[in-house]
Amino acid sequence: MFTLTPEEQAAVELSLRVSLWATVTSLPAGLFVAMLLSRGKFWGKSVLNGIVFLPLVLPPVVTGYVLLLLFGRRGPLGALLANNFGIVFAFRWTGAALACAVMGFPLLVRAMQLSIDSVDRGLEDAAGTLGANPVWVFLTVTLPLILPGIIAGMILSFARAMGEFGATITFVSNIPGETQTLPSAIYTFTQVPGGDIAAFRLTVIAIAVSMFALLISEAIGYVVGRRMGVER
Amino acid sequence: MIQVEVQHRLGSFDLTAKFASDGRVTALFGRSGSGKTSLVNIIGGLIRPNHAHISLEGKVIVDTDQRLFVPKHRRRVGYVFQEGRLFPHLTVRQNLLYGWWFTTATKRRDQPAQIVELLGIGHLLDRRPRSLSGGEKQRVAIGRALLATPRLLLMDEPLASLDDARKAEILPYLERLYDETKVPIIYVSHSVPEVARLASTMVVMADGRVVATGPTADIMARLDLIPFTNLVETGAVLDAKILKHDEQFGLTVLSLCGGRLWVPRLSGRIPGTKVRVHIRARDVMLSTRPPEGLSALNVLPAVVAELGQPHGPIVDLRLDCSGQTILARLTQRSVESLGLSEGAPVYAVIKTVGFDRETLGATSRQANGADTAAIPIEGSVTTSSGHGWTSCPELA
Repeated sequence: MFTLTPEEQAAVELSLRVSLWATVTSLPAGLFVAMLLSRGKFWGKSVLNGIVFLPLVLPPVVTGYVLLLLFGRRGPLGALLANNFGIVFAFRWTGAALACAVMGFPLLVRAMQLSIDSVDRGLEDAAGTLGANPVWVFLTVTLPLILPGIIAGMILSFARAMGEFGATITFVSNIPGETQTLPSAIYTFTQVPGGDIAAFRLTVIAIAVSMFALLISEAIGYVVGRRMGVER
Repeated sequence: MIQVEVQHRLGSFDLTAKFASDGRVTALFGRSGSGKTSLVNIIGGLIRPNHAHISLEGKVIVDTDQRLFVPKHRRRVGYVFQEGRLFPHLTVRQNLLYGWWFTTATKRRDQPAQIVELLGIGHLLDRRPRSLSGGEKQRVAIGRALLATPRLLLMDEPLASLDDARKAEILPYLERLYDETKVPIIYVSHSVPEVARLASTMVVMADGRVVATGPTADIMARLDLIPFTNLVETGAVLDAKILKHDEQFGLTVLSLCGGRLWVPRLSGRIPGTKVRVHIRARDVMLSTRPPEGLSALNVLPAVVAELGQPHGPIVDLRLDCSGQTILARLTQRSVESLGLSEGAPVYAVIKTVGFDRETLGATSRQANGADTAAIPIEGSVTTSSGHGWTSCPELA
């Protein structure tokens, strides 16, 4: 009952790989955008805000189709990346990672943005008067203080990626071993006769992974919170 | 020497300030909202002023005409904030060494061990800021600022958020600060007793403008500035010298105004030591004849030098007491019934116990202990921050 077939195992591994890549690669951009939205004062800020949070409200299928139009082999960005850098997204696991990254991006940015908003700017000023230039202030004061927000954002983004279905299947289809992630596999098994047991096994795994992610985030939050305590 | 000339607009508030000071501790004094904090924020580089020229020991750090604005991290101006602003994610040790780490090795002046000892924070090094008391936090904040080797130390009401016991704990450290480190200090405060005790120079501010600048004793003795200072705590600041101690009654005799001033025992200090006395105007009574059968020990002959503008039922008087100045606060009724006018000879009566009893505990503890550093005595009976006594730094 609890031994996975090679096909199921591939789906679990792929999902983990796709989610990890999606989370890790979107982190720098997410942090940059979160800083921009939290601290920046510039023309078009609400437009940027809208673009970042659009995947949260759009039907995932629409997001997947837009990605297909943009990053497909004939899409403007897809062709550019394929011809110049050899990076191909269409019907590859990298495409699944891109879809997951885009879908998880609003959650990642939101968590970090809230955390940056709550940083006491006075501490950064204090660091400045002690001789730290803005880069050092960011690295030694801002970054450690927003670490809980960064971790929370990454966990949310990872969990979102593990569950991402609509955008992924629209953008990169459902190819076993390449783009068939955990949710796609569960969907496929429920569509074939006698697939119930396999679907059930994968469901249990999905629940276990999600639960584990939540527990990890709790634990990290506890450790970080205890280290810093509640000042002020 | 610091020279400041600032013109800055903050919303509807207009800050136009100009002063220079070569004082060791310069107090920026004024009520809340007078622009003190904005001014130190400009000096510290936290605010970019509209127009300013600021120089520190001859080096220009801001000159808007030349488009010169040294950023705060290159200014080497230390800043102790009202609320401490310690980094919550670092230990006390890491907090202290933060600025030290950003200072070029050849420019470092004080050793961390010296600063830790000066401020008495050795036992806190491995703790985190959240577990410190308010007074401990401020001491760590001062140490952190000093270890960045500043050319000037700004202190923005560092005691304002502390209760009286914490204030009493930290004031002695502040008094020693300049003498031990030789870093000039700009001390923002609206507390007369704190300024009387710490500052050598005063800059009085009101509504975004500098009203007066000068030595603390001179400024404190000016009746026309009373509206800008604190009405309750108004009083003269005088330099006195310890003549002798009276062991039998637990008193100390100071030479003042060509006469003697009896105060509660100042332990741990030898005769000849100079002390600074803050005599609050409302603690002074006047008599036109030499009083007899009076319990007060201090009766000093003086001459009325100036009658201030009455405010409500109250009139402040400036007395000339053999060349030194004492302020007295009377009712207008008394002034009239005694027929006081400028030039009238009077006797100023000051109760010995008017000088605070609270800190005498601190001095007797110090007398028993090995710590020979000057621990000050308070100069008022109030439970406010009323510290009126301070030792003369060079003999501390």
